[in-house]
Amino acid sequence: MTTIPKIRYSRRSMLKAGGAAVAASALPAPMVWGQAIKDVTLRQFGTGVSNLNEVANKVKEDLGFTLEMTALDSDSVTQRAATQPDSFDIADIEYWICKKVWPTGNLQAMDTSKIKNYDKIVGIFRDGKLTPESTIAQGTAPHSVGFVEGVDGREFVDNESGWMTLIPTIYNADTLGIRPDLIGRPISNWSELLNPEFKGKASILDISSIGIMDMAMVVESMGEYTYPDKGNMTKEEIDLTLGIFTEAKKNGQFRAFWKTFDESVNLMASGEVVIQSMWSPAITAVRSQGIPCVYQPLEEGYRSWGGGIGLSKSLSGIELDAAYEYINWYLSGWVGGFLMRQGYYSAVPETSKGFMSADEWGFWFEGKAAEGDIANPFGQVMEKAGAVRDGGSFYDRMGAVACWNAVMDENQYMVRKWNEFIAA
Amino acid sequence: MLSNRHLSGWLLAAPLALVLVVFLVAPIVMITVVSFWGATEWSIYPAFQFDNYAFLFGSEVTYRVFLNTLKYAVITWVFTLLIGFTVAYFLAFHVRSLTWQIALFLLCTIPFWTSNIIRMISWIPFLGRNGLANSTLISWGVIDEPLEWLLFSDFSVILAFVHLYTLFMVVPIFNTMMRIDKSLIEAAVDAGATGWQTLWHVIIPLTKPGIMIGTIFVVTLVMGDFITVRFMSGSQSANVGRMIQNDIGLLQYPSASATAVILLITVLMVIALLLRLVDIRKEL
Repeated sequence: MTTIPKIRYSRRSMLKAGGAAVAASALPAPMVWGQAIKDVTLRQFGTGVSNLNEVANKVKEDLGFTLEMTALDSDSVTQRAATQPDSFDIADIEYWICKKVWPTGNLQAMDTSKIKNYDKIVGIFRDGKLTPESTIAQGTAPHSVGFVEGVDGREFVDNESGWMTLIPTIYNADTLGIRPDLIGRPISNWSELLNPEFKGKASILDISSIGIMDMAMVVESMGEYTYPDKGNMTKEEIDLTLGIFTEAKKNGQFRAFWKTFDESVNLMASGEVVIQSMWSPAITAVRSQGIPCVYQPLEEGYRSWGGGIGLSKSLSGIELDAAYEYINWYLSGWVGGFLMRQGYYSAVPETSKGFMSADEWGFWFEGKAAEGDIANPFGQVMEKAGAVRDGGSFYDRMGAVACWNAVMDENQYMVRKWNEFIAA
Repeated sequence: MLSNRHLSGWLLAAPLALVLVVFLVAPIVMITVVSFWGATEWSIYPAFQFDNYAFLFGSEVTYRVFLNTLKYAVITWVFTLLIGFTVAYFLAFHVRSLTWQIALFLLCTIPFWTSNIIRMISWIPFLGRNGLANSTLISWGVIDEPLEWLLFSDFSVILAFVHLYTLFMVVPIFNTMMRIDKSLIEAAVDAGATGWQTLWHVIIPLTKPGIMIGTIFVVTLVMGDFITVRFMSGSQSANVGRMIQNDIGLLQYPSASATAVILLITVLMVIALLLRLVDIRKEL
C-alpha cells in the first residue's frame, strides 16, 4: 500500500512502475483517481471548429485536469492522426477522416457501456437513422464507420457492437451561401452555382474530398447525371463531374477557390463572390459585419458532415479513465449548448437543452422565430428578434441530408484529377 | 610539413562542409530517395519504383504547370530587371552624395520590414471588384464597370511577384554599379559617346554579374513559390510549388518528392544556362 502516496503525487513514477498500475486499478479507484487525475494532461488536436479554448478552460474547472488543444486544418489533422500516434491523446476528427485513419491502428475503440449518455446519442451516429422512417444518405455516413468489433478492431461493422470508433461531438448540414442583396431573386437549386448569370461571381472550396461532393450535388441538380452513390464514385463518374466543372472554370465561372474559413468570409463580404460553397459559421461571420448573407436551403438537400473524438492507441491507465471522464462530460450538455449557440448540433441535444435559454433552444434547434436578440457564446448578437434560422428546425435540416462528406475507393484518382482541375 | 598543410586545409574546410552536408546534401538525398517510394492513402513505404515519375511525365498537366511556372518566372524577370536596373542606375549615377545614396537605398528596403505575406495580401482589397483601384478608376470616369482581371488573375500574380522581388534585383545591380570606375564613363563621354551608347557599351557590360546574380535570385524565388500563386490567383492557377503543396497535404510524400526533384533539376538547368552566358567568378 506504499504505492498510494506515489500515485497521488507523481503520475509519472506510477506509470514507470508498470505493475503498480495494475495494483492501483484494484484499489477503490474513484477516491485515489480523484486526487491523481488533477495531474493528468490530455493532448487533443483537431480542426478549428470544436477546438476551443473555452472548452479547455471549462474542463479544468469541472474535471480538474488539463486539456491541451491544437487546432489544425483537415489535411494536417489527417496527416497527424495517421503518422504521429504518440503526439496526441485525443483526436478530434471528422468521420471521413476516421475512415482513412482508422486502418493505421493509431486509435482505440471506446467501450459504449462506459458512456453514460450513449442511449441518448442521436440515431444518425448509431443506426444511421435520424428518425425510424429516415433513409440513410449517401457518402461516408457516420454510423458506417462508427463501430468496430472490439477495442482493437480494425474492420468497421454494421451494427452497434458496443465499441465505438469516435464519440460524435459536432455536426451540421452544409449548403450554398448566397448574397441575397446582390442576387435579387430566390435561389432553390444547387445547379445555380454554375448558372452563367453568376459568371465570375461563384466560388467552390479547394478541399478535394468536400468539394467533389458539392460538385456532385450540382451535377445531379443540373440533370446531367444521377449517381448511384455520390460518396463512392467510379473513375468515369469522377471524370464526368470534374469535366463539367473544368469547362465552367475555363468559361470564367469562378472568381476564386477558397481553402480556409477566412477566405470564404472575405470573398463573400467583399462582394467578389455572390454564391459559393460555405460553412455555417462563415455565414454568421459575414452577417455580423452587417452584410446580408443566407445559408440557402436547396431542394436537393444538404451535404452533411460530422466530427467526433477518438482515443489514441497509447492511452491507458489513469489517462484513459480521464479520457472517458472527458467524453462523458462532453456529452453531458455544457459543450453541446456552447456549440449549438454557434449554429452546430450536439450529439446529445436533450442534455444541451439545459444549457440554453428557451429562446435559444427555440431558435437554433426548433427553428422558431427568435423572441429576443440571439447572441453567440461570446456575447456577440447574431440575430435580432423575429429572425428564423435558415433551413428551419433540426429535423428539417438534418432530415434533408442528401450526402455525407466521404472518402472514396478511388480517392487517389480523384485527388489527381482534382489537381488537374485546379491547374486547368 | 606538407601533410600538415593538407591537414589544416581539410580542417578549415570541415565546418562549412559539415553544415552543407547536414543541411543541404542530406535533405536532397532524402528527397531523392523518397521520390522512388510508394504511398497508400495514409502511409508511405520504401520501394524502388518509377511510378511517381511515370505518372508525372505521363500527365499532360505536369507540362502545363511547368510551362506556367516558367512563364511566371520569365515575365517577372523582365519586369524586375527593368525596374531594378532603373532604380539601381538612378541610385548609382544620378544621386551624387554617398549619404543620399545610402539613405535612398535604405528607403527601398523599408517595405521589407513587414512580412512578405502581408505585403502580398494587402493587394487583395486594393485590386478587388469593389476595391480602391476599381472605385478610383470609376470615379475618374476611366471605366464604367469594375475591371475583373485586376484580381485573381495572372496579372495580380505577376504584380505581386514584381512587387515582392524587385529589391532582389536592385541590390546586386546597385552593388556592381557602385564598383564601376567613374573614369571609364568619363572616358566614354570624352570619346564622344552619347548617353545611350555609354549605357549600352560601358555600363551594361560591366553590370552583367550583378544582373546575373539578381536574375538567379528572382528566377529561383519565383519558381519555388507556392503561396503567392495561391493567394493572388484565388487558387485558380497552378505552379509547381502548388502541385507539391497539394501532394504533401494529401500525404503523397513520394509523389511530392518526385515533383521536387524534377523542379530542382529544372532550376539547376536554368542556372547552368545563365552561368554559361556570364562567368560570375571571372567578373566579380
